[in-house]
Amino acid sequence: MGRIQIITISVNLLFLCYVIWLIIKGKLREEYSFVWIACTAILIFFSFWRDGLTYMSELFGVYAPPNLVFTGAIFAIFIYLLQMSVVLSKLYAQNKQLAQELALMKQQMANKPISAKNTVHDENNNDLP
Amino acid sequence: MKKIAIIIPAYNEEKAILGVIEELHKLLENIYFILDIIVINDCSTDNTAKLIAKSNCIDLHLPINLGIGGAVQTGFKYAYEKGYDFAIQIDGDGQHPPHEIPKLLAVAQEKQADVVIGSRFIDKKGFQSSAARRLGIQYFMWLNYFLIGKKIKDTTSGLRLINRKVLKVVYDYYPDEYPEPESIILYALHGFSIAEIAVTMRERQGGVSSINTFSAIYYMLKVSLSILYTYIRIKFQHTK
Repeated sequence: MGRIQIITISVNLLFLCYVIWLIIKGKLREEYSFVWIACTAILIFFSFWRDGLTYMSELFGVYAPPNLVFTGAIFAIFIYLLQMSVVLSKLYAQNKQLAQELALMKQQMANKPISAKNTVHDENNNDLP
Repeated sequence: MKKIAIIIPAYNEEKAILGVIEELHKLLENIYFILDIIVINDCSTDNTAKLIAKSNCIDLHLPINLGIGGAVQTGFKYAYEKGYDFAIQIDGDGQHPPHEIPKLLAVAQEKQADVVIGSRFIDKKGFQSSAARRLGIQYFMWLNYFLIGKKIKDTTSGLRLINRKVLKVVYDYYPDEYPEPESIILYALHGFSIAEIAVTMRERQGGVSSINTFSAIYYMLKVSLSILYTYIRIKFQHTK
């Protein structure tokens, strides 16, 4: 086993431990940890099977094996970033809804007196969505 | 008697907001409607919150800054839940003279329009905005015309009336950023009738526009994309 293999395998295992520790501590949600564990697994797999990279490169018709690594990694990162944007968008929508409902509730709680023609009516609201 | 909600989104409008509310109260004296003033404070960093809390209006305070679309939608949600027949959106910076409100109401009732937009560019009177902005507004007019076949001249006008049918739709979805041009597409594709009437606007009495020069390009791109997405989404929903 080459020196580089030992380094990559140990770094990968440390990384895996860190991901698991984050989940246990409740700092990372399980659904987002999946992609990190999968990436680490792939890296460990190719650390053991060194010829695997050359084999895969030939299979895809890539001349230099490192190029396959970069292409694959960048692609994976893009997909994951897109996934993060989706998560953020969903969070934004939920956040907005919470803020709006909070504003409406605070108004209801305040019971502010409003003058004659400016009146709040509570009837007719039986057709709520 | 019809119930009308005046919806005023306010973000750092301490200079103008009280003037707008006062003008609206003067209007209330000679109008035969139940009319409530709803001010949405979009997490202002100035004294807007204190000012509207003390004034004679229904004050809603957002705990975080949502931007104009989210703030206006809060007002729409309030109006829908409380059973109002019409919601009229006006700016908190004093650009829209309240005496134009009865005109919007008249059109909504006489022409049975679901949406009434107050336009600066029909009579070309009053504050007309800068040439660059007019060009942008015209671009949206053509984009909307291309998609829905209807010419709305003042696509960015924030002086609008919507009725209860429309309130039901905007309760669920209203654009977040720069909602005015996009919402026209939304209304048209839901089959609402849109009327545009001439109004005279003033220059803002205080505060700053939500669109500055630097973000103008972003604004054009963002709104164009949003319009296209909304168009595709609603077309797809209807054919499904």
